[in-house]
Amino acid sequence: MIRIRNLTKVYTSASGTVKALDGINLDIEKGDIFGIIGLSGAGKSTLLRCINLLEKPTSGSIEIDGVEMTGLSPKELKEMRKKIGMIFQHFNLLSSRTVWGNVAFPLEIAGFDRKTINEKVENLLNLVGLSDKARSFPSQLSGGQKQRVGIARALACDPKVLLCDEATSALDPETTLSILKLLKDINEKLGITMVVVTHEMNVIKQICNKVAVIEKSRVVEQGTTFEIFSRPKTQTARNFLKSMFICEIPEELKAKIKALNGNLAEGRVVKIGFFGEITAKPILSEVVKKFGVNANILYGNIDNIQGTPFGTLVVQFEGKNGTADRALSYLQDIGLDVEVVEIG
Amino acid sequence: MAETVKLLFSATRETVYMVAVSVLIASIFGIPLGVLLYSTDRGRILENSPLNKALGTIVNIFRSIPFVILLIMLIPFTRWLVGKSIGTTAAIVPLSVAAIPFMGRLTETALREVDRGVIEAAQAMGASPFQVITKVLIPEALPSIAAGITITAINLVGYSAMAGVIGGGGLGDLAVRYGYQRFMLDIMLYTVAILVVMVQLIQVLGDLVVKYLSKHR
Repeated sequence: MIRIRNLTKVYTSASGTVKALDGINLDIEKGDIFGIIGLSGAGKSTLLRCINLLEKPTSGSIEIDGVEMTGLSPKELKEMRKKIGMIFQHFNLLSSRTVWGNVAFPLEIAGFDRKTINEKVENLLNLVGLSDKARSFPSQLSGGQKQRVGIARALACDPKVLLCDEATSALDPETTLSILKLLKDINEKLGITMVVVTHEMNVIKQICNKVAVIEKSRVVEQGTTFEIFSRPKTQTARNFLKSMFICEIPEELKAKIKALNGNLAEGRVVKIGFFGEITAKPILSEVVKKFGVNANILYGNIDNIQGTPFGTLVVQFEGKNGTADRALSYLQDIGLDVEVVEIG
Repeated sequence: MAETVKLLFSATRETVYMVAVSVLIASIFGIPLGVLLYSTDRGRILENSPLNKALGTIVNIFRSIPFVILLIMLIPFTRWLVGKSIGTTAAIVPLSVAAIPFMGRLTETALREVDRGVIEAAQAMGASPFQVITKVLIPEALPSIAAGITITAINLVGYSAMAGVIGGGGLGDLAVRYGYQRFMLDIMLYTVAILVVMVQLIQVLGDLVVKYLSKHR
């Protein structure tokens, strides 16, 4: 659907050149909700804006549905852009038009007749749940409502692709969830491929099936959302995960573990990572029975990513004659990530 | 007394006529000039540096010539355009010529305040530069443009006082010829009073229009 090869973007200014994108390769399949995550300045927005050529790439290729974007004439580009919707962090609605007028805007540009426009706008406002706000102006709407208008407007010309540039970054957590849900519904209902740029891991977790992590103008890691969440390879990915999961043990707990380690003759404090089906099994009680150890859960967290459970537990095992160690190796054998927490 | 009223009345009518027509002409030419100044600038939708520099220079030249001098310099042009170089109608030519670059700059400033994101959104939808101008830039900047027209009109009231130099008449001319040269202090005061009221009216009217246009924004 979208094929990006060796994409490079260099900004030249009086003070020198800055490489915003450096040899990016991405493949986005039809129907994907593809997340691009990175810190500010990593180049993720530039990458998104290269897809519809709001930024002109310095070199490389962007193919959408087999059409090479970088080789289009201005006229062809205008036609192509009508099939690529875009929503923005700050909504970018026309303050001079009502909600209705804003949604009608792309249709006017595309040259639809009045009757078609009326029908389409009505359907779109229904889809985003804003039929009762048709006559309101953007200034009279909340952030979430504004983004709904933005989404309706982006969908007006039946796009094949929807580009989302930090679309929820200006919204509160609750509104973010409702907007993400709407996007996911649209993806399922209309089969539109989405490219979602964000700095929030939560957004990725909620809707994306694939992710690329961008750091310093390069893609440093990519894969399915589950892969990135369960086995992050780079520190950047881990840092993003940290922002939402307790992958790191909090300071207060560390002090407590240190005290415990000092007192434990034959015990271990371990961090266990659970992924997938194994979370549903009563592993801890199994280990307790099998090896006769005591298990004390110090800290824990279980979440759900794209339908797959995912969690971390910090557990203190106590047992005599090496039973604790045997329990640990058993846990490793059955496929858990076990890491002995050594502090101090 | 009746004579004074008559004088004041016809002078007011001349001023209103000169200012109204000049504002209209200044808007018709000045707003598109402003659009060109804005859109050919660096990083804008129709970036064209040579054209932008040329227009900017011409605008600056016209804006730096004092109006009294412009009035005289333009006499041949006025004669060519309207067939005469003196009188109220003739005065409209230099008034408009002075106001067009002014209106152009005000429009340019108004357009610069339009959020880049909104322009970008329109471009992302496949809007042509012309569509961006007519459907985004001008509607979004309309309240500021209306405020610019108000400022231009008030400036023109001031400029029109100099129209007496080429026999344009109007309130300023009356004040100079009667109030100053014939020591008729009452006429001087009346004309000033009428000018004050006129400027107030224009400002109030302009503010109302701006307020109406920016309703809900």
